[in-house]
Amino acid sequence: MKQAERHIREPLFHIAKRDALVWWAAWLIRIAAVAAALVVCAVVTVMMTGENPIKVYATMIDGAIGTERRIWNLLQSLAMLLCVSLGVTPAFKMRFWNIGAEGQVLIGGMATAACMILFGDKLPTFLLLPVIIVASIVAGAVWGLIPALFKAKWNTNETLFTLMMNYIAIQLVSYFSLQWSVPKGSGQIGIINGDTHAGWLPSIGGHDYLINILIVAVLTVVMYIYLKYSKHGYEISVVGESENTARYIGINVKKVIIRTMLISGAICGIAGLLLVSGTDHTITRDTAAGRGFTAIMVSWLAKFNPLFMVLTTLLIVFLQKGAIEISTIFGLNASFSEIITGIIIFFIIGSEFFINYTVKFRGSDKGGKA
Amino acid sequence: MKKLTAVLLCLAMLFAFAGCGSAKTGSDASDGETLKVGFIYLHDENSTYDKNFIDAAKAACDKMGVEYVEKKNIPESSECTEAALDLADRGCDLIFADSFGHETFLAQAAEEYPEVMFCHATGTTAHTSDLKNFHNAFASIYEGRYLAGVAAGMKLNEMIESGKITADKAKMGYVGAFTYAEVISGYTSFYLGAKSVCPSVTMEVQFTGSWYDETAEKEAATSLINNGCVLISQHADSMGAPTACENANVPNVSYNGSTVEACPNTFIISSRINWEPYFEYIIGCVKDGKEIDKDWTGTLATGSVVITDVNEKAAAAGTAEKLEEVKGKLEDGSLHVFDVSTFTVTVKDDLNKNAKVDGDGHLTSYMADVDTDADYTPDTEAVKDGYFHESEYRSAPYFDIQIDGITLSNTKF
Repeated sequence: MKQAERHIREPLFHIAKRDALVWWAAWLIRIAAVAAALVVCAVVTVMMTGENPIKVYATMIDGAIGTERRIWNLLQSLAMLLCVSLGVTPAFKMRFWNIGAEGQVLIGGMATAACMILFGDKLPTFLLLPVIIVASIVAGAVWGLIPALFKAKWNTNETLFTLMMNYIAIQLVSYFSLQWSVPKGSGQIGIINGDTHAGWLPSIGGHDYLINILIVAVLTVVMYIYLKYSKHGYEISVVGESENTARYIGINVKKVIIRTMLISGAICGIAGLLLVSGTDHTITRDTAAGRGFTAIMVSWLAKFNPLFMVLTTLLIVFLQKGAIEISTIFGLNASFSEIITGIIIFFIIGSEFFINYTVKFRGSDKGGKA
Repeated sequence: MKKLTAVLLCLAMLFAFAGCGSAKTGSDASDGETLKVGFIYLHDENSTYDKNFIDAAKAACDKMGVEYVEKKNIPESSECTEAALDLADRGCDLIFADSFGHETFLAQAAEEYPEVMFCHATGTTAHTSDLKNFHNAFASIYEGRYLAGVAAGMKLNEMIESGKITADKAKMGYVGAFTYAEVISGYTSFYLGAKSVCPSVTMEVQFTGSWYDETAEKEAATSLINNGCVLISQHADSMGAPTACENANVPNVSYNGSTVEACPNTFIISSRINWEPYFEYIIGCVKDGKEIDKDWTGTLATGSVVITDVNEKAAAAGTAEKLEEVKGKLEDGSLHVFDVSTFTVTVKDDLNKNAKVDGDGHLTSYMADVDTDADYTPDTEAVKDGYFHESEYRSAPYFDIQIDGITLSNTKF
């Protein structure tokens, strides 16, 4: 009898798939997750540093948007990360694991820098800028195309392939930054055409970054429309859901893979262009600065919706900027701000679980044993 | 529609945050009383290079009674410009950046804030720049390297005397970052120091192509040891090479500061630049409203070039006394590190083409690229009075001659 009872005993709780949750309930869960994350961070802060957590948060906010310059900076960083995220999104929506955005950005930047150095004093600006733009887009697209071709023809593993392409891009940049280094042998190119500004994206109304921000804003809207309303966008999502279904309804899967990676790489190439011609005016191995990987998180968190990606990018950039300020003001190690960022992102990802699943506790079901 | 509302809600939340944020900042405007000095570092304390700056900066600010503000982990990109501008916004009167690659980006910030002083370590362009508020600094670290080289040479002599190696096997290894004048000047002076006491010494150099790459530095040191090097030194910023030496029980001459704690059995000595005198100098200048030198070179005399205590456990007997003697000669000018009679140079089409030598291979003339430009135009005669005048026409090193006795095993960097 006792045995049997144990056998049918319900666990304390079990997990069940939810029906689609109404939108406000989903957002309520997300907001609750952020709030919970902030509380946990506060506890961790007090335990580890003894600083007042409210002060720490205020410092973060100050660091991100405390002055006009910081707001511009935040928008610029947001635009750059968002641009790379827009690049990886079509590929990931197609379930093509493109972790080569870092390399695609770098090679786009490399092409930009090469044009600026080689043609800087040869071509007039109205010719130079189009040449730079085409070169960077083509470079990025080619870097995306190579793994896609191999995937489509021989079904190679795109994760490894795109990852390896990153290293090739990094080594190419290393090689050329030595070739073109100033002073000789230093491995640093320094600012290119600092006196003539040849090949620099123009500043609009005295704001250096405005043009980057505008370009990315347009790209975001275009990508949203492309993915949501175009036939291509539909094909991408079908291939992503199931290649067999796609084949069954007559979609040329290989063609979609190649086309999508061309687009993905091209947008990353644009990101490289904006970083080199519109921001740093030089290239180093670190120009992409890990954005190629952070972008994947941005894209997933937003469920590949470019408009939501604005929000997820903002969240991540905001945390990054705030984190730098914390380490400056409180003299804390950079790792501490990474801990805080990690906790917040963990909670946000976790909240998706509670949006998709519900936790049922024992006893909430009627009709069980007493 | 629903989604749009959600987005709007989020934005509303953010702006609410923004409101609190900007309300807070109004109060901490600078009081204009104490001087504020901002420091920009490439990494944090985990890099021996940055730690050397951080310690000096804190000590100098303490001593001079000024406010210290720092920004760590600032990459060599427009983020450096932004960091500098942010420090200026915050009311810093003096801003310093520690990494070579920061230079052009710091100069951009200097353009925007002409009333704030900007100083940069290891750079090469301030002396030819029109910017009045942009300054470079370095130290005659080749003298420190030379002294460290003397200690290395004495260790080699000890090995030869004890029969551990023969004189022709006295080969040192050197892990360098780039084939850049700063590194070339460094390893050449180190070699010449060793050669001054151990005439049969040779040296092999491997480059890593990075200022900080622990794995590559460790591998380079290990491969040098496998190539028969019996003593290792390095010019790169991680613990890679010293660790490899400790593991292989090969003596090491370090850089940037003592590594004796991690390498108690193999650490001999280390040279480093002490930046405190420079920081005190620039803070003093700003305090008194005096002009800062556009291009400042620290020396043994200013206390900028220092060597650590000798580790008696690894070093040869009598090293400390010998170093005192050589140091005295360097200071009174009776000894020059790059005395052309102490080394020979081979001139070929693709090697040392800016150099002229006499029949014995001793240097008679060298046109150095002192005024940095993208074409590497040789512009300044550096050989005079029988020695190469390093760090005299510009603080950053410009000795980039490949001298005989040193082999480079990978010049790709």
